[in-house]
Amino acid sequence: MGSEALAFYAFGAVAIAASLLVIAQRNPIYSVLLLIASFGALSGLYVLLDAPFVAVIQIIVYAGAIMVLFLFVVMLLNAPHEETEYDERVHPLLRPGPMRFGACLALVLAIELWWALARGVDTGAFPGGAVTSVAVIGRSLFTDYAFAFEVTSILILVAMVGAVVLARRDDPRERRKPGER
Amino acid sequence: MPPGVSLSDFYYILPELVLTGGALLVLIADVLLPKERRAALAWVTLLALGATAAALVPFANTHVEVAHGLLAVDRFSLFFKILFLLAAAITVLMSIRYLETEGAASPGEYYFLILCATLGMMIMAGGIDLITIMIGLETMAVSFYILAGYIKPNQRSNEAAVKYFLLGAFSLGILLYGMSLMYGLSGTTNLRVMASAFVGQEKDPRLMLAVILVVAGVGFKIAAVPFHMWAPDVYEGAPTPVTAFLSVGSKAASFAMLIRIFVEGMPSMSADWRLLFYVLSILTMTAGNIAAVTQSNVKRMLAYSSIAHAGYLLMGIVAGTARGITATLIYLMIYSFMQLGAFAVITLLRRKDVVGDELKDFSGLAFRNPFAAFAMLLFMLSLGGIPPTAGFMGKFWLFSAAIDAHYYGLAVIGVLNSAISLYYYVRIVVFMYLKKETSGSDPVITPALALVLGVTVMATLVLGVYPQLLFRVADVSARTLGVAGITAAIR
Repeated sequence: MGSEALAFYAFGAVAIAASLLVIAQRNPIYSVLLLIASFGALSGLYVLLDAPFVAVIQIIVYAGAIMVLFLFVVMLLNAPHEETEYDERVHPLLRPGPMRFGACLALVLAIELWWALARGVDTGAFPGGAVTSVAVIGRSLFTDYAFAFEVTSILILVAMVGAVVLARRDDPRERRKPGER
Repeated sequence: MPPGVSLSDFYYILPELVLTGGALLVLIADVLLPKERRAALAWVTLLALGATAAALVPFANTHVEVAHGLLAVDRFSLFFKILFLLAAAITVLMSIRYLETEGAASPGEYYFLILCATLGMMIMAGGIDLITIMIGLETMAVSFYILAGYIKPNQRSNEAAVKYFLLGAFSLGILLYGMSLMYGLSGTTNLRVMASAFVGQEKDPRLMLAVILVVAGVGFKIAAVPFHMWAPDVYEGAPTPVTAFLSVGSKAASFAMLIRIFVEGMPSMSADWRLLFYVLSILTMTAGNIAAVTQSNVKRMLAYSSIAHAGYLLMGIVAGTARGITATLIYLMIYSFMQLGAFAVITLLRRKDVVGDELKDFSGLAFRNPFAAFAMLLFMLSLGGIPPTAGFMGKFWLFSAAIDAHYYGLAVIGVLNSAISLYYYVRIVVFMYLKKETSGSDPVITPALALVLGVTVMATLVLGVYPQLLFRVADVSARTLGVAGITAAIR
C-alpha cells in the first residue's frame, strides 16, 4: 500500500468518524467542532485528488468562516444541549417535521451515491486539473479579472464600514433626541 | 500573458476611479473634520458626484470593452451612469436636513455608503461579464443593507435592514445558482461570448432552469410580484432619502443588469424569458396597484406603487424590440424624477414633532406650503400617467412599444392598471387640497430641498411637453446594445 493510499484511508476514516460523531453528539458545540475536523479531513482528500485550490478554500471558507459563524450562533443562543421532543425509538422517517426531512435528504444522497458508483468507474483523471491549480487561478485573478478583484476590495471596505456603523455604540452625549417612533 | 490592467483601462474607468476617490475622501474627511463642521461632508459628496459626471464627458461616443472584457464603456452604460449620479445627488440634497432631524450620529459613513452604492450601480450597468455584474450588485446591495438600518434607535429601520439583508442574501443565492448554470453550460462568464454559445441550445432544460433562476433572482431586485415581499417593509422602515434612492437607483441598476443579462447574454432564449417576464409584468402591475389602494402610510403606498411601476417597466422588456428597450430607458429616467420628488416632499414633512409619512400628515398641506403641495400634486399625476406630465409620455412609449410588438392584452392591462392607480394617487391630492385639519409645526423648505423640488418639478414638466431629447438619447443608448440584430432573431 503506497503512502498516498494510506493517506486516503486515514483522511477518509477521520472524515467518516467525525461526521458520525457530529450527529451523535448532544452538545451542539462539540458537533460544530467535530464538523470542522470533518472538513479538515475532506480538504486532505481534495489534495489527494489534485485539487489544491478546492482544499484551501474548503479550509478558509468552510472550516474558517462558516463554522466560526456557526459557533458564534450556537454560543449566542446559549444552547448546551439539544432538546428532543420526539420518541427516539421511532424510525427517523416517521419522526415529526425537520427530522423526517433530514432523513429523506440522507436517503436521496445514499441513492445518488449508489447510482454514481454503479454507473462505472472509467471517469479517469479530472479534465480540468490544470485549472484548479492555485498558481493558474491566482494568475487569472490578477490579470483577466484584475478589475473585478479591485472592485471586490471596495465591496469589503463597504462591509467593514458597515460593520463599524452598525456595531458602534453611539456616544450618548453626542446623540440628539431620536424620532418619536 | 498581457498585463492585468493596462493604462488605457485606467483611462476608460476614470469615472469609477473618481467616484471611488471621492468616497474615500469623504470617509477620511469624516475623521479629520471637527464635529460641528461635518455638515460640509454633504457638499464634498456632491462635489465627488459632480467630478464623476465631468469624468463621463470624454466617453459620450465611446463604444469599447475594457479590462479584458469585464466592462463595457458604451452609450447604454453612460445613460444609466447619468441616471445614477442624478439620483445620488438628489438623495444627498434630501439627506442633509433629514439626518439632522433624525439625530444620526455621523454623516460621513452615510455619504460614503451612498457613493459606494452609486459605484456598484455604475459597475452593474457597465458589466458585460457575470462576475463584474455580480460584484457591482453586491457592492450596491451591501451599501443599501447598512443604509436601510442607519437610524439605529428606530426599530422599523432595524427591521428594514434585517429583512432586506436576509431576503437580499437569499435572492442573491438564487441568482448565483442561475449564473453558475449559465457559466457551466457556456464555459464563459462573458455575456457576449455566451450569447453565441447558447445558439442552438434553446431546448436544453438545464438552460431553461438557468433562465428561470436568473429571472427569479432579478425579480427580487426589481421587486416584481411574487418576489416583492421585502419591498413594502424595507421602503417604510428605511430612512426616507434612502428609500428614495433604493426605489430609483437600485431599481434602475437592476433593470440595467436585467437587460445586459437577457438581451446581451441570452438572446436565443428570448422566447422563454419573454414569456416569464410577460407573466411577471401582469402579476406585478395588478398586485402592486391593488395592494397600494389599501395603504394609509404614504411611504408604504409609494412602495407598492414602485412595485407596480416595475410591472410597467417590464412591458418594454417583454416587447423585446429596440423600441421596447428604449421605452424602458425613457420610463426609468422619468420615473426617477417623479419618484425622487415624491420622496422629497415626504422628507420635507419630517419635522421634530411629525414623522410625516402618514396620509393624514398631508392633510391641509396646500394651505401651509402651497409649493410643496403643488409639487406633490404634479408627481402624483405624473405617477398616474396624466398629461401633460412626463409620466404620461413614459407610459405612452411603453404601451405603444407593447402594441408595436403585438402584445395588445398587455397594453390593455397596463392602461386598466393606470386607472386603478389614479385612485390612490388622487387620494393624497384630496388630503392636501380639500382637508383642513393639520397637526404639528409648519413644514419649512430648506434651500437644498427647494433645489430638489425645483429640479424634479421642472424635469416632470419639461419631459412631459418636450420629450424629444430624452427619447433620442435613450434610443441611441438602447441601440448600442445591438438590440436591432437580436430583434431579427426574435421574429
